[in-house]
Amino acid sequence: MHANITTETGAPLMSARGITKQFAGIEVLRNVDLNLMRGEIHALLGENGAGKSTFAKILAGVYRPTRGTLMLNGSPVEVSSPIAAQKLGITLIHQEPISFPDLSVAENLVLGRTDGALLGRVPWAQMTRDANALMDLLGVRIDVTKPMRGLSIADQQMVEIARALASDSRLIIMDEPTAPLTPKEVETLFKIARRLRDEGRTIVFISHRLEEVRALCDRVTIFRDGDKVETVATDALTDADIIRLMIGRSLKEYLHKTGSTIGEVALKVENLTLPGFFADVSFEVRKGEIVGLGGLVGAGRTDVARAIFGVAPAASGRVAVNGKEVTISEPSDAIALGLAFVPEDRATAGIFRTLSVEQNITAAIPKRIAPNGVIRRALEKALASDSVKKLRIRLASLRQPIGELSGGNQQKAILARWLLTDPSVLILDEPTRGIDIGVKAEFYDMIGELAASGRAILLISSELPELLALCDRVLVMSEGRLTANLSRTEATQESVMHAAVPKTARQTVGVAA
Amino acid sequence: MNAVSNLLGTLFQRREAGIVVMIVLLVAAVGIIQPRFLSLETLRIVMLAIPLIMIAAMGQMMVLVARHVDLSIGSILGFSAIVAGMMFRDLPDWPVLVGVLVAVALGGALGLLNGLLVTIFKLPSIIVTLGTLSLYRGFVFLVSNSRQVDPQFIPKSLIQMSQTSPFIGIPWIVIIAFIVALLTYFFLDHTRLGRQIYAMGSNPVAAPLRGIRVVPVTLLVFTISGALAGLTGVIYASRFGYVNPGITGVGFEFTVIAAVVIGGVSINGGVGTVLGTVLGVILLGTVNVALPILGVSAFWQDAIYGTVIIVALLIDRSVRQRGIKALSGARSNA
Amino acid sequence: MNSTEATTTSTVRDAAAARPRWQVLLIRPETMTLALLIGAIIVASNLSPFFSDLGFILESSTYYIEYALVALVLTLVIISGEIDLSPAAMMALSACVFAWCYQAGVPIELSMAASLVAGILMGLVNGILVIRFQLPSIIVTIGTLTLYRGLAQVLAGDRSIGKFPKWFNGIDYRLVFDVPVPVILFIVASIVLALVLGTTVVGRQIYQIGTSEVAARHAGIRVRRIKTGLFVLMGIVSSIAGLLTASRLASVRYDMATGGELQMVLMVMLGGTYIFGGRGTILGTFLASWLLVIIATGMTVANIAVTSQLIVMGLLLIVSIIATNAIYARTQR
Repeated sequence: MHANITTETGAPLMSARGITKQFAGIEVLRNVDLNLMRGEIHALLGENGAGKSTFAKILAGVYRPTRGTLMLNGSPVEVSSPIAAQKLGITLIHQEPISFPDLSVAENLVLGRTDGALLGRVPWAQMTRDANALMDLLGVRIDVTKPMRGLSIADQQMVEIARALASDSRLIIMDEPTAPLTPKEVETLFKIARRLRDEGRTIVFISHRLEEVRALCDRVTIFRDGDKVETVATDALTDADIIRLMIGRSLKEYLHKTGSTIGEVALKVENLTLPGFFADVSFEVRKGEIVGLGGLVGAGRTDVARAIFGVAPAASGRVAVNGKEVTISEPSDAIALGLAFVPEDRATAGIFRTLSVEQNITAAIPKRIAPNGVIRRALEKALASDSVKKLRIRLASLRQPIGELSGGNQQKAILARWLLTDPSVLILDEPTRGIDIGVKAEFYDMIGELAASGRAILLISSELPELLALCDRVLVMSEGRLTANLSRTEATQESVMHAAVPKTARQTVGVAA
Repeated sequence: MNAVSNLLGTLFQRREAGIVVMIVLLVAAVGIIQPRFLSLETLRIVMLAIPLIMIAAMGQMMVLVARHVDLSIGSILGFSAIVAGMMFRDLPDWPVLVGVLVAVALGGALGLLNGLLVTIFKLPSIIVTLGTLSLYRGFVFLVSNSRQVDPQFIPKSLIQMSQTSPFIGIPWIVIIAFIVALLTYFFLDHTRLGRQIYAMGSNPVAAPLRGIRVVPVTLLVFTISGALAGLTGVIYASRFGYVNPGITGVGFEFTVIAAVVIGGVSINGGVGTVLGTVLGVILLGTVNVALPILGVSAFWQDAIYGTVIIVALLIDRSVRQRGIKALSGARSNA
Repeated sequence: MNSTEATTTSTVRDAAAARPRWQVLLIRPETMTLALLIGAIIVASNLSPFFSDLGFILESSTYYIEYALVALVLTLVIISGEIDLSPAAMMALSACVFAWCYQAGVPIELSMAASLVAGILMGLVNGILVIRFQLPSIIVTIGTLTLYRGLAQVLAGDRSIGKFPKWFNGIDYRLVFDVPVPVILFIVASIVLALVLGTTVVGRQIYQIGTSEVAARHAGIRVRRIKTGLFVLMGIVSSIAGLLTASRLASVRYDMATGGELQMVLMVMLGGTYIFGGRGTILGTFLASWLLVIIATGMTVANIAVTSQLIVMGLLLIVSIIATNAIYARTQR
C-alpha cells in the first residue's frame, strides 16, 4: 500500500496562515492555519455553516480572505480569482458541477484554458481526441461530442474531474462530490482520487459521510463555527470523537424525542407516481407521529413532498387527508386541507427576500388578516409579533426585509407562517439545513412540541442522526421508490443507509416511465 | 472540406432538417395551387427578399445566443442608411465605399452604446434597446431634418448591386449576404471567441469562473449586431433606391426576430446555428413572396410574422421540455 | 442559549439593524419622479404662460392620458414580474374591431361591447401563452404585438374608418367639473388601483408574486390565476383606451397608437417601478404620467418637432431605469 501521509513531514504544497473571512461584518472563518501536504487526501469536516466550504472557496479563489495569507510551495500567493487559481494549479470541483449545458463535453473540458488567441481556430478534432483520452484515463464512457445537458450529475462530475486533470492541477478540491453518486460511482471516484494522490497531487475532500472519509482520507481537519478545531490522522479518531469535535458536545445532549400519543391516520399516500421522479410511493403519517424520510440526494424525496403539496402534482396515485380522499392540484388546495410545507430551498421557495418579516409571516393566511379582502394592519401586526415572541425570532423590526435576518431566523419565520395556518400535517424538507447549531436545537424542540400537540409530521432529512433521534418511524427512498419503512427500534445508521443505497438490480426501475 | 461535411452532418440531424422540410412543403403547396410560382422569376424575387433580413439576422442571432436581444436594429439600420444616403447626396464626389464604411461604423457605434448601457448599468437588454429604438429613430429625424433621400441621389453603382450579378444570375447583394453568413459561421463555430459567446449565453453565471470576460464579449456582440444593421442600411438603399426617415427600418426588428427564432435560435441563450438562421430567413422570404402570388393581401404579412414568432416559441419550448424529460431520471433533488 | 446574554450578543449577528424610517419614506424612486415633475412644471411655466393655466394642461393631456390609463394596469403587470408590450397593438385591434362592426351595421353599443370582448380575448391569449405555456412574457408579447397589429391591418386595411354618431366622438371635449372625461377616468382608475394594490390581499399578493414567484406558489398564492387576470385586465383597459382614442380622433386606423408601448413602459419606469418586479406604486406611475404630459406639451409649445421628442422619450426611459435600479440597489442589502 502507498505510504499514506499522516504527519507533516517535508514541505507542504499549500499552507494557510491566519485565514479570516467576514461577510457583511460577520466572521464565518477565524484565523485558520492549515498545511496541505503533497500526495495526501485531506478531509474537511464540519457542520453546515462551520466554514469548511468557505475555506475551500478561498483556496480556489472564489472568495478572497479578509485577513491572512496563502503560501504555495513556501512562497505567498494571491489567489485572486478562479482563473488565477487555475493558473496556480488549483481546481475546485463544485458540489453542483458548473457546466455549460448547451456546449459539448469536449468543449466544456477546454473552456477557460487561456492559451491561444481569441480569434485562433478551435481545434475540434484535437479537442475530441484529447477529451476521449481523458475519459479513457478515468475509465468512464461518455460521448464527448454530446452536449452536457443530457449527462447525469455523476457524469458531469466526472467531466469536472477530467477538467482538473486536463489542466494538470496539483491541488484538487472536491466539495461533497459523492452526494449525488451511486456506490459504484463513488468507488470509481475513490479509485481516481487515490491514483491522483499517488501521483503526488493533493486532494481536499469535503463530505458529511464519515465512512467515506474513513475509507479515503489520510488526514482530517475539523471545523466548528468558523474555527479550525483540529487536524489529525484519520485513524487517530473514532467516529464519536469526530462528531464530538464537530458539534462541540455529543449528539444525545440536544437530540431528544418528547413522547407523544400517536393517533389516527392524518396523511395517507397510496401508489403515488410521477414518471421520471418517483413511482408507487405509499405510506401514512398519524397524528402526533414524526415520520422521517431518508435517502440520498436525488432519491425523489423532495419530489414526493412537492407532489403531495401540489407544487408539482403526481401523475397518478391517491392522497387522503384525515381519512378523506382529496385532489390537490395547487398548494392552495393543500393549505385549505390543513397541510403545510417548509421547502428545502429557503432562499427561492421560502422567503420573499425584500419584503418585511411581517408580510412573510402572514403570507399564507390572507383570509385571516383580511376577512373582506382589505388587510387589517393592526390584526396582521398582532399575529406577526405574537409569532415572533413564540418562536423567539431575533430581529430588529417587524418591518425590516426578511433578507436581513440570519438563516435560522428566516427559517423560524417560515415555520411561523405555517403554524398560523394551524396545520394538521406538516411536511418539513431539510428544515435545519444551513442553520446555526444553537437554533438547530431550538428547531428540534419545536418539532417535538408540534408532534406532541397532535400534528402529523413528515420530516425529510439527509442528516441521519437527526432522523434517528427525532422520528417515530423512518421511511427510506432510493431511486424514486420507497425501500424501507423502519420502526424506531429498527432504524439505525446501517439499516437506513442500506435501504438508501441503490441496488444494481433496481437501478433502472425508478426512472422508467 | 471538413466544414462542408460538418454542415451536411448537422443538416440531417437537427432542427435545420425540419425547416428544410417546411420550405419544401411550402414551395410544393404554393406551386400546386399556383403553378406560376415555380419559376426562375420567383427564385429571383425570393433571393432579393433575403439579403436584408439575413445580414441583420446574423447579428441578432449572435445577440440572442449571448442571452440578450436587440430591438433597436431597425432604428440603427435607418440611421446608417440616412447618413450614408445624405453623404451620397451632399458629397457626390466621394467614393461610394466611404459611405458604406461610415454606415457600418455608425451602426457599430450605436450597437456599442447599447452594449455599454446593458453592461455598465446591468439593465435588461430588451428595455434598453426599446429605449434606444426610440432614441436612434429620433437621431434619424434629427440628422435628416425629416427629409427623404430621393432616388436620384443613390449612386448607380450601389443600385446595381441589387440588379447585376457576377455569375449565374445571383445578385451581388445576395452574394454579400451569404459571405456575411459564412464569416459569421466561421467566427461562431471555429474561433475561441465565438465559442465563448455560446458559453456565456448557456451559463452566464459560470462564464466568468471559466475566464470568459463577460463585459467585453457582450460589448462585442452588440457592436457586431449594430455594424451588421448598419450594413443592412446600405443594402436597403441599394435595394429600394431611397431612404426615408419615417419608413426605412421601421418595424424591421420584428421581421428579423421572427426569422431568427424560426431558425431555432433559443431566446434562452446558448443555442442557435448560422445554418438554422439562414434557413429561417429563406423560409420567411419564401412566405413573403408566396403571399401575393396566392392572392393574399399584403396586409396579412404582419399577422403572419406574429403567428410565426409565437409558433416558433412554442416549438422551442416543446423541444426544451423533451430535453428536460430525458434528463429528469438523473435529476438532482435540489 | 436562552440566557439574556446570548440573546443580546446574537442580535448583532442574527439581524442587521433596520433602516431609519425617514430613509424608507424618502429614498425611493417616486421621490425622484415628484422632484422631476415639480422641476418640469417650473421650467414649463417659464417657457410659456399657458402652463400656469391648469385648463390648458388638462386639455393637452388627453392624448397621453389614454396611454397613462393603460400604464396603470401595466404597473401591476410589471410589479408581478411580467411585462406586456402588446397594449398599443391591442388598442388598435380592439378599436378596429369596433369600427369594423359598426361599419358592418352592428349597433354602436354592441360594437363597443365587441371591442371589449376582443380586448379580453387578446389579453387571455397573452395570459395563456405566458402562464400555461410558460413562455417569457417579454418575447411572447413582441410576437402578439406583431400579430394583433397585423390583424388590425387585415381588418381595416389602410383605410381610416369613421362616420361614428355624433355622441360617440369628441369625448376629450366633454367636461365634468371643467375636467375632460378621459382625465376623470384616469384619476378614478388611479385611485381604485392604488387602493387595490396598497390595501387588499390581491395587491399584496401581486408584490409577493413579483418578489418570488416560487415562494408565492409555495405559500398557496394562486399565481396563475392572478397573472392571467392581470393580462386580461390589460386587454380590457387597452380596449377602453382604444375606444377613447377612436372617440377623440373620430376615426380608426390600423396604425392607431403606433409606438405607444414605449410611452406606456416609459410611464411605468419613470414612476419608479422596478423592471425585475416586486416593487413599484400606482402613485409613481400617476406622477410620471403627468410628468410626461408636461414634458411633451412643453416641447410642443417650445416648438420642438414631434420627431425629436423620440430622442427625449428614449433618453428618459434609459435614464429612469438606471436611476430606479440604482435606488433599489442602494436600499437593498
